[in-house]
Amino acid sequence: MLVTRWNPLEGSWLRQMHNLHEEMNRLFSRWNDWSGQSFDVATFPALNVWEEDDAFRVEAELPGLTMNDLEIYVTGQNQLAIKGERKVAPPQKAVQHRQERHFGKFVRALTLPSAIDPNKVDARLDNGVLTIVLPKHEGAKPRKIEVKA
Amino acid sequence: MAKNALVEQANGERTRTGNTVLPRVDIYETDQEILLQADVPGVAPGNVDLRYERGELTLHGKRAARPQTGEAILGENEAGDFYRVFQLHETIDASKIDAELKQGVLTVHLPKHEAVKPKLVTVKSA
Repeated sequence: MLVTRWNPLEGSWLRQMHNLHEEMNRLFSRWNDWSGQSFDVATFPALNVWEEDDAFRVEAELPGLTMNDLEIYVTGQNQLAIKGERKVAPPQKAVQHRQERHFGKFVRALTLPSAIDPNKVDARLDNGVLTIVLPKHEGAKPRKIEVKA
Repeated sequence: MAKNALVEQANGERTRTGNTVLPRVDIYETDQEILLQADVPGVAPGNVDLRYERGELTLHGKRAARPQTGEAILGENEAGDFYRVFQLHETIDASKIDAELKQGVLTVHLPKHEAVKPKLVTVKSA
């Protein structure tokens, strides 16, 4: 079932682009149902993104990879790309009975809803989970305005 | 031999609460062993519970709960522990099962019993 949140009358064009991107990802992820044999390259690695007051947090599941296998790019004001390759190393003289894991080259690009500071981006890889923290650009942070009496 | 050696159990019902997800696995077979490799990203070493009981191999990888900060704006992965059950054929020597976890990939070696390993027979010339 496709649940659409596309609303051209709401928000900035940036937000709309983001929604469209999400929609496309969701469309492709419909092939992601667990049949055991499906090879949903379109959404590898799967991403989770959280927005906090002063930063975005992106999580990608990349089991078996090291930082050397990964390239992380920040372009424009709010574009993030994760590029890499997961190499396959099958055992010698073996018959393969089941293949569900992803291998090969991949790239995922993401447009964040507001501008980030590319110099303060931090990435860590722990137990096969990549966590990227992208602090928001000063101008994009929420500001509390004191109301004078 | 192929399909019988390690079969995933489909009819098991879980009685424990909490969301679990199926890890993706690759299964290989060589003359010596069955090799199972499972993707369990986010599972730290020491948080895998691998047990063998009555012909069943149960894999349970525990993941720490995600920090509940901020607003989720994109969610493609499900949170939860990894859980999957496999049935082992009797040709596996359960006492010699060995496993290691590295960068979110669990590798399980399931050696075959000596009796079922292929043996090369030398044919003598007369």
